[in-house]
Amino acid sequence: MNMTNIREAVVAAGRGFALALLGLIGSVVLLVLAVVSVALIPIGVGLFTTPPVLRLVRAHAARRRLLAAQWSGRRITAGHRPLPPGAAGLAGRCSLMLRDPATWRDLQWLLVDMSAGAALALLAPWLIVQGLFGVLLAAGLWSPVVAAEDPYWFLFVPVGGRGTAGLAGLLGLALLALAVKVNPALVRAHFRLTGAVLQPDREGRLEERIERLTESRHDALDTSAAELRRIERDLHDGAQARLVAMGMHLGTVEALIEKDPARARELIARARESSAEALTELRDLVRGIHPPVLAERGLGDAVRALALRLPVDAEVTVELSGRAEAPVESAAYFAVSEALANAVKHADADLIRVDLSHTGGSLRITVADDGRGGAVAGSRAGSGLAGTGLAGIERRLGTFDGVLAVSSPEGGPTMVSMEIPCELF
Amino acid sequence: MLEAYDFDVVAAVESGPELTRALAELEPDVAVVDVRLPPSHTDEGLQCALAARRARPGMPVLVLSQHVEQLYARELLADRRGGVGYLLKDRVFDADQFIGAVRQVARGGTAMDPEVISQLLSRRARDEPMGGLTPRELEVIELMAQGRSNAAIAERMTVTERAVAKHTSNIFAKLGLPVSDDDNRRVLAVLAYLDRGAAA
Repeated sequence: MNMTNIREAVVAAGRGFALALLGLIGSVVLLVLAVVSVALIPIGVGLFTTPPVLRLVRAHAARRRLLAAQWSGRRITAGHRPLPPGAAGLAGRCSLMLRDPATWRDLQWLLVDMSAGAALALLAPWLIVQGLFGVLLAAGLWSPVVAAEDPYWFLFVPVGGRGTAGLAGLLGLALLALAVKVNPALVRAHFRLTGAVLQPDREGRLEERIERLTESRHDALDTSAAELRRIERDLHDGAQARLVAMGMHLGTVEALIEKDPARARELIARARESSAEALTELRDLVRGIHPPVLAERGLGDAVRALALRLPVDAEVTVELSGRAEAPVESAAYFAVSEALANAVKHADADLIRVDLSHTGGSLRITVADDGRGGAVAGSRAGSGLAGTGLAGIERRLGTFDGVLAVSSPEGGPTMVSMEIPCELF
Repeated sequence: MLEAYDFDVVAAVESGPELTRALAELEPDVAVVDVRLPPSHTDEGLQCALAARRARPGMPVLVLSQHVEQLYARELLADRRGGVGYLLKDRVFDADQFIGAVRQVARGGTAMDPEVISQLLSRRARDEPMGGLTPRELEVIELMAQGRSNAAIAERMTVTERAVAKHTSNIFAKLGLPVSDDDNRRVLAVLAYLDRGAAA
């Protein structure tokens, strides 16, 4: 039994006390508020109070998740459904929140937290306080105590004189020893209980995953349908039209070649021009579908080539030991391309930095600029115009379970981070 | 087409490995290579050309592609030896221009596609004009980079050949290029020009 063990036990006791307070005060108050608020929905008042109360409950649960991560390294996932911003109206928002299984998990947890959770947490400080009290009794505190109440029951020991006070002291020491041994475990147990109630069960997690998949599949289909329409239109108005013109010129040339060679030569030149234009348009189109450098060299060089085309200086760092699968490469490429285009268009930056690396089973990409900032990820923060590009990136990445994070304080700098789980070959 | 212009075609090959063998065994005066070749259909042709130039420095290679990238242009120019061309396949339509480029490369010059040059120029637009060149001189060096002779530049800019010669010697002086064989200086000037574009 060394000093660190003792310190840990004391720290755990302090944490246990804090957790118990949170449970006995926070959880009780919030549960009462929630129950009253939901009960008042039929007479209308509840419609106003329920969403803010439930949001408080979520914040309360979120704090506990944070503590779980900080104090016992335990990650408890949340899995609330996102609320559509401001759109749904009062009743709609209420019913959305109440239909979210995560909300009911929160409320259930409040009940557990204020009873079993608080008791578990309280046990840690209780062991230390009782232990110290027992020792103090043995040290002489017994005489005023016994004078007030004879016999004084210290747990199961009736303290009535010096001898029994000594027994209480022994018991106190035993409690202290126990505290040193189990206090950290008690706090961990509290968080395990929290996790068990608060975390969606397997079925719930699967359900949420299916929901996300359905959504991202929808997005992917929408996007690819729109892409195909764009390609069709571009071909129809561009290369196809040029080829028709070329055919017409050549047909006329055939008729004119003997009668009017000079005019025929002019038309041949025109036909050649049309073919060159058709090729240019096809080239641009191909670049938009699947950039040649990406096919030839992979993501790293494709991003380098992209950076060379920008009107702004860009530094590209690539640490990739192989190539990802083609669809992932393509999604990542267009995501970077979009992020770079945003930086050029909105940020007014002097330097853009792109980093690509593959660590921990994920492709990680950051695009940072020193511009004016103020970018928002579209799907979260309303539907501002500035966000649409970032929302597009999010959709692209979503198909591959990729995520996007944007840090862009007003005044800059902006950093867009993307992460796509994938393997390199 | 090359035969129509009095070239001897010593070999016509269809894949990367065959190309490597032909370049090593036949040592042609100039090679015309497509970036994308079987079997991998990636940038195999470009890689073969770069490898051949490492094995035989300065071996003239004209690379053709459906698309041009500054990235590839930089790689081709990195050894600073000249004898390099990089053109869009479309340029083959203009037989005179294409044959001119092949000859230019075979002589040890450079022939960069106008597309590469214009990409470089659009990047440079906001930067300091390079080495204090005047707009007129920039126009000349841009045409030089495409592999045109003084006469061709003069025709294109509708000025006399003497005026072009004056511009070019100003360019050489401003870029600090030593007096030597004119062709070689042209190559160096173009390289300096492209290099700065790539570094910007």
